[in-house]
Amino acid sequence: MSTKTDPLVLYGESFQSRLMLGTSRYPSPKILMQSVDLAQPCMLTASLRRQAANADSSQDFWKLLQDMKTPVLPNTAGCHTIQEVITTAEMAREVFQTDWIKLELIGDDYTLQPDTLGLPDAAHQLIQRGFKVLPYSTDDLVLCQKLIDVGCQAVMPWAAPIGTGKGPINPYALKNLRERLDVPLIVDAGLGLPSHACQVMEWGYDAVLLNTAVALAQDPVAMANAFALAVKAGRSAFLSGPMQEQESAQASTPVIGTPFWHQP
Amino acid sequence: MKTNAITVAINGSIHHLKANATLNDAIEAIGIKPPFAAAVNLQFVHRQNHAQHRLCDNDIVELISPITGG
Repeated sequence: MSTKTDPLVLYGESFQSRLMLGTSRYPSPKILMQSVDLAQPCMLTASLRRQAANADSSQDFWKLLQDMKTPVLPNTAGCHTIQEVITTAEMAREVFQTDWIKLELIGDDYTLQPDTLGLPDAAHQLIQRGFKVLPYSTDDLVLCQKLIDVGCQAVMPWAAPIGTGKGPINPYALKNLRERLDVPLIVDAGLGLPSHACQVMEWGYDAVLLNTAVALAQDPVAMANAFALAVKAGRSAFLSGPMQEQESAQASTPVIGTPFWHQP
Repeated sequence: MKTNAITVAINGSIHHLKANATLNDAIEAIGIKPPFAAAVNLQFVHRQNHAQHRLCDNDIVELISPITGG
């Protein structure tokens, strides 16, 4: 099935790619751009910070974002309170001219684990303000359900803590989420290899969001392409309906007509 | 400090502005280049209101710009 007949649909908007890519930690802006050109992600994440003494770097990044012509998904990275989230989101909406927001409400600086108790309220307040919220969450079923209850039309559970590259550390929880929740699910954070992305797509996840696994690869451009291919492969496998796993061997080659059968 | 001045924090640094300073004065004080967005005391201020938004003594101003992110 081609991407044209199997689009990713988020908040009623269709996207032709199921890969979302972060823009941070690349060796150079040129390599970021080449990675994006090859992987063709549906969205690029970006953030807001105080302008460095070298203000040109911010302006250069702004120009690069515009040149890449890919929808931007601003994040609220580094926010620790709901008010910080709301203010940052409003500021991002003005700068990036988009209602999309990747909601990050950090509860623990060491693991970058979301503040799971505050997340639903933060999401609710953003939705009331007209944002299309993609919340970065843990793989807790009840939390994800509450995010949906407050109006999130998609949820982004982590595979593992941000930047670890460990891949899905709790496959049971991720598979359980997929079985129980009907909204688009995007694995965000913790993926390190294309096989990780392929795996979660095979489980029925709708998309993946990653950054470090590409940016810190020895060849980020090639790795971006590898992730793009893995996402497509995983999606195709999911749609194809995988076989049931068996406990005992079953010959692939027909047994009937086997030569030398029962010859002494 | 001059008595007809106010003290505000702009992106974490202390600045002395005239008593009737607006958010635009704070923006000019640090010479930030667009695009950027502004907040005062953790409340977003739309760019259309920068020129009218009167600052008070001890206000905390944040001016932030696009950067890479994950």
